[in-house]
Amino acid sequence: MTAMTIAETSVDVDAEGFLTDPRQWNERLAEEIARENGIPELTDRHWLVVHFMRGRYLMTGNAPSIRSLGKESGVPIKELYQLFPKGPAKLAAKIGGIPKPRGCI
Amino acid sequence: MARKQIVILGGGTGGTMTANRLQRRFDADEAEIHVVDVDNRHVYQPGLLFVPFGLAQVEEIVRPRRRQLRNGVVFHENEVEEVWVERDEVLLDDATVLPYDVLVVATGVRLQPEETEGLTAAGWNERVFTFYSPEGAEALRGALERFDGGRLLVNLVDMPIKCPVAPLEFAFLADWYLRERGIRDRVELVYSTPLDGAFTKPIASERLAGLLAEKEVKLVTEFNAGEVDGVGGKLVSYDGRELDFDLLVTIPLHGGAAYVERSPGLGDALGFVPTDKRTLQTPAKPNVFALGDATDLPTSKAGSVTHFEAEVLTENVARYFADEELDASYDGHANCFIETGFHKALLIDFNYDTEPLTGHFGPLPLLRESRLNHLGKLLFQWVYWHALLPGREIPGLGPAMPTAGKRRTPVHTS
Repeated sequence: MTAMTIAETSVDVDAEGFLTDPRQWNERLAEEIARENGIPELTDRHWLVVHFMRGRYLMTGNAPSIRSLGKESGVPIKELYQLFPKGPAKLAAKIGGIPKPRGCI
Repeated sequence: MARKQIVILGGGTGGTMTANRLQRRFDADEAEIHVVDVDNRHVYQPGLLFVPFGLAQVEEIVRPRRRQLRNGVVFHENEVEEVWVERDEVLLDDATVLPYDVLVVATGVRLQPEETEGLTAAGWNERVFTFYSPEGAEALRGALERFDGGRLLVNLVDMPIKCPVAPLEFAFLADWYLRERGIRDRVELVYSTPLDGAFTKPIASERLAGLLAEKEVKLVTEFNAGEVDGVGGKLVSYDGRELDFDLLVTIPLHGGAAYVERSPGLGDALGFVPTDKRTLQTPAKPNVFALGDATDLPTSKAGSVTHFEAEVLTENVARYFADEELDASYDGHANCFIETGFHKALLIDFNYDTEPLTGHFGPLPLLRESRLNHLGKLLFQWVYWHALLPGREIPGLGPAMPTAGKRRTPVHTS
């Protein structure tokens, strides 16, 4: 775990850049992480997914898988890939300031 | 106590074991146990892996469900329409209503190939197969016999799946089978997975990726299959990557039983039943328990898990009736043999907190190929029918994961 500064805020991140403490997150931070990961601007659809991921994590302690995300967020999986090209669940978790979703065994 | 009604949905590994353990635990005047399943065919599922290679026949791995249940257990060959959690009742497809004092959900998973675009369209069971059902495994056997070269693609659509090591085992056995047939040099074997490695946990993933490489199986990671063209022989990922195939062996999406989705308050969006990971009680209601593949627990969907869970669950049903605090001791313990071909197998043993490590489990080496592990895997079918399902204690196979014999180094962090 290392500390780094994103959007003028000091945050703790893991080796892959996922926030380790979701409380350090804010929306400006999200925009900056998105830009660094190839998404120049977060649209309403992006925000819907990011807030859904974050809300689910904060409520249950688990981030949803891409499948539940497709079923429950109202954004179909195909569109999720258009919004977050390099792996929607991972990228939305990163932007949403929650730990990397762990695939179940 | 007044005679209790215990209804168990599902007569597979978990339901059968639970029914037999509870039947032994309670006298006939204390509890009546009902088991509901849609058919009378109990499949020894680990055997399905061997069917495509002609190493097992479907008839050898299927037995009547009814005969695996102890005398006194009432078997209903019915589909479950709906569970009325609020009213403590189950509605069956012939309009029978079964009232219960305790409900045990053990209906496992349902394969959902139709959820992947094109998967069950033209080419299904011709060029595109799964060995996760007896019919599929049998059809694949014929296709493999006719296969004389080209690209054999093994694909796992998405987690969770039953027996997460089975697709890897299939790739290992395919390599062996094709070498035995003398056509390995004419076949390109490819393994594609949505995971970022061969497996979910770092040490096992590294070891298994090494085995794939040794056997010249190409590994394609982070491949989320979105669409199948069974006629053109193309598997397309959601991010637009394409993998060509001459023969596709796929592990389709898994979801919970259909009635779970029809029963308000019982399951999640995928039809799995949220379950307490230590006690196996569900948040749906205190008298509803679940085990096996049907749950949403963060451990493998595997018979060994179900076996260890059944011990804790049985205890907790008794404690629930006695109004005692539940036993919160289930630790996520799982173990699996991993067939690697050439009469060898690996063994992994792990739980919620400890990933599969090297070392040994009793006399068996962990995460290392050995003939002894292969014999263990073969012998296990006998143990399954004669000790596991009847609910007998098996020495050395308790619910809590043993730590003796496991090497803690090298340490990986995930």
